[in-house]
Amino acid sequence: MPGITREEVAHLARLARLELTDEELEHFAGQLDDIIGAVARVADVAAEDVPPTSHPLPLTNVMRADRVRPSLTAEQALAAAPAQEQQRFKVPQILGEE
Amino acid sequence: MTVTDLVSYEDALASYDPVMGLEVHVELGTATKMFCGCATTLGAEPNSQTCPVCLGLPGALPVVNATGVESAVRIGLALHCDIAEWCRFARKNYFYPDMPKNFQTSQYDEPIAFDGHLDVQLEDGEVFRVGIERAHMEEDTGKSTHIGGATGRIHGASHSLLDYNRAGIPLIEIVTKPITGAGARAPEIARAYVAELREVIRALGVSEARMEMGQLRCDVNVSLRPHGREKFGTRSETKNVNSLRSVERAVRFEIQRHAAVLDDGGVIVQETRHFHEENGSTTSGRVKEEAEDYRYFPEPDLVPLAPARAWVEELRAGLPELPLARRARLREEWGISAHEMQSALNAGAVDLVVATVEAGADATSARKWWLGELARRANEAGTDLTALPITPAQVARVAALVAEGALNDKLARQVIDGVLAGEGGPDDVVEKRGLRVVSDEGALGAAVDEAIAANPAVAEKVRGGKVAAAGALVGAVMKATRGQADAGRARELILERLGADA
Repeated sequence: MPGITREEVAHLARLARLELTDEELEHFAGQLDDIIGAVARVADVAAEDVPPTSHPLPLTNVMRADRVRPSLTAEQALAAAPAQEQQRFKVPQILGEE
Repeated sequence: MTVTDLVSYEDALASYDPVMGLEVHVELGTATKMFCGCATTLGAEPNSQTCPVCLGLPGALPVVNATGVESAVRIGLALHCDIAEWCRFARKNYFYPDMPKNFQTSQYDEPIAFDGHLDVQLEDGEVFRVGIERAHMEEDTGKSTHIGGATGRIHGASHSLLDYNRAGIPLIEIVTKPITGAGARAPEIARAYVAELREVIRALGVSEARMEMGQLRCDVNVSLRPHGREKFGTRSETKNVNSLRSVERAVRFEIQRHAAVLDDGGVIVQETRHFHEENGSTTSGRVKEEAEDYRYFPEPDLVPLAPARAWVEELRAGLPELPLARRARLREEWGISAHEMQSALNAGAVDLVVATVEAGADATSARKWWLGELARRANEAGTDLTALPITPAQVARVAALVAEGALNDKLARQVIDGVLAGEGGPDDVVEKRGLRVVSDEGALGAAVDEAIAANPAVAEKVRGGKVAAAGALVGAVMKATRGQADAGRARELILERLGADA
């Protein structure tokens, strides 16, 4: 039976850089388990001859020609950046002190 | 940085059998990025080649670059891979600011090309077959600049700056199967593999594959197992080894380091390591504490690719002659050994020699000039042969002037000197510097008469039948004409004047 454990939710939260309290973990684990259970019912309907799909449209090979299109200006690209320096996106320290 | 104890290479090989895995990333030379129409021009102003797609702005939708897919299929075919009938892109999720999307669009369990091989030729001519696990499509990351730490390192940096011009440029990642049976030749095989792969990529014209520009990058996985054991040992992964020489050194170093750890009763930690160009060592990077969890899932914003069989066959039929076969053919045509061909390849001279032969030179002189004088000049200038300001047609012209006797080798080198100095083509330099061999009978005859008059004792010997003594007179003529005389003709004239037979 599909489902999700509290430990798995804690793991996913960490991978997603979400800080959850114990109460939140408990709460979300229950909710997510319900959701997964509900979605899993699709599998009951899908017979052996229905292949798994990642896309609702029956399309393949949607491509564009290798032709340059205008980019944003650097100013536009950086317009919403919380911080910038030397025409680059400025981000906080990546590795903490060791 | 901790000092790493090493076991000698020979001792390491006596106890252990190395197994390698090589992952090569090739940056394609497409005009635009993999999933958007931003230009890929090198050296552009920071963040001037980005758009909502490659910046990961909400609502932006990627569209696959057709040339990127075609290049991937052609690379797969050149590596004798199967081409997937149907495959998808996947999101590789991770938090690192080099990708503004917080994921890299890649391929996971459905690579476009899989199960192939590449034959590589070693220095002594032996051919070693490297299995190819897969070749898949993905995108490059942005470029980070770390501020505030020592020498731009991420450690100790106070903050970092990101330029996303490179984010989204198409990459093809080519992964080998575990390379076993290499033994002591593992470092050489690793180098030869990357070199041959680079040749294939260039022959296909999908990338310039310049390692120094980061257009071809190699991650080196090495593990050791005691002789006779089937199971592989724990591997280390040395990241971003970016020259052929470094690939060889990194493998060798890791073999020696692993052996030291194992001999000592220790265990190899599965980790990524950094290679240090200055001394050929590696140091620990990030320990993979847990199996990497990238939460791959099929990219919902892109539809699957289903390369039509007819199209794949069309691409297969259009593949160029592959480099190893081409070199074997040229070796035959030029009449040289595997080792000599290897030297030409290592010097980056093969295409230049071919072009010079096509411009009319014979193979021997074409090879001689490119691998001799010109290789020396390139070396002095610290540049590639291709970067020298002389064309194969000009080298062919120099060879032709030598062949017709208008130049001797010494003068030819001066002509090359002039061409490299920007004085024009070979004929211009000959003209401007007055470098033609003096074979004009009048001028040469006068020089011969002077030489005889100035060296009566030598002349007497020659008259008396000591023909070998004529060499001194030829030397005098060459000196008087500043090396521009046709030495053979000068000798004939001397013997004629002195009534001696050659």
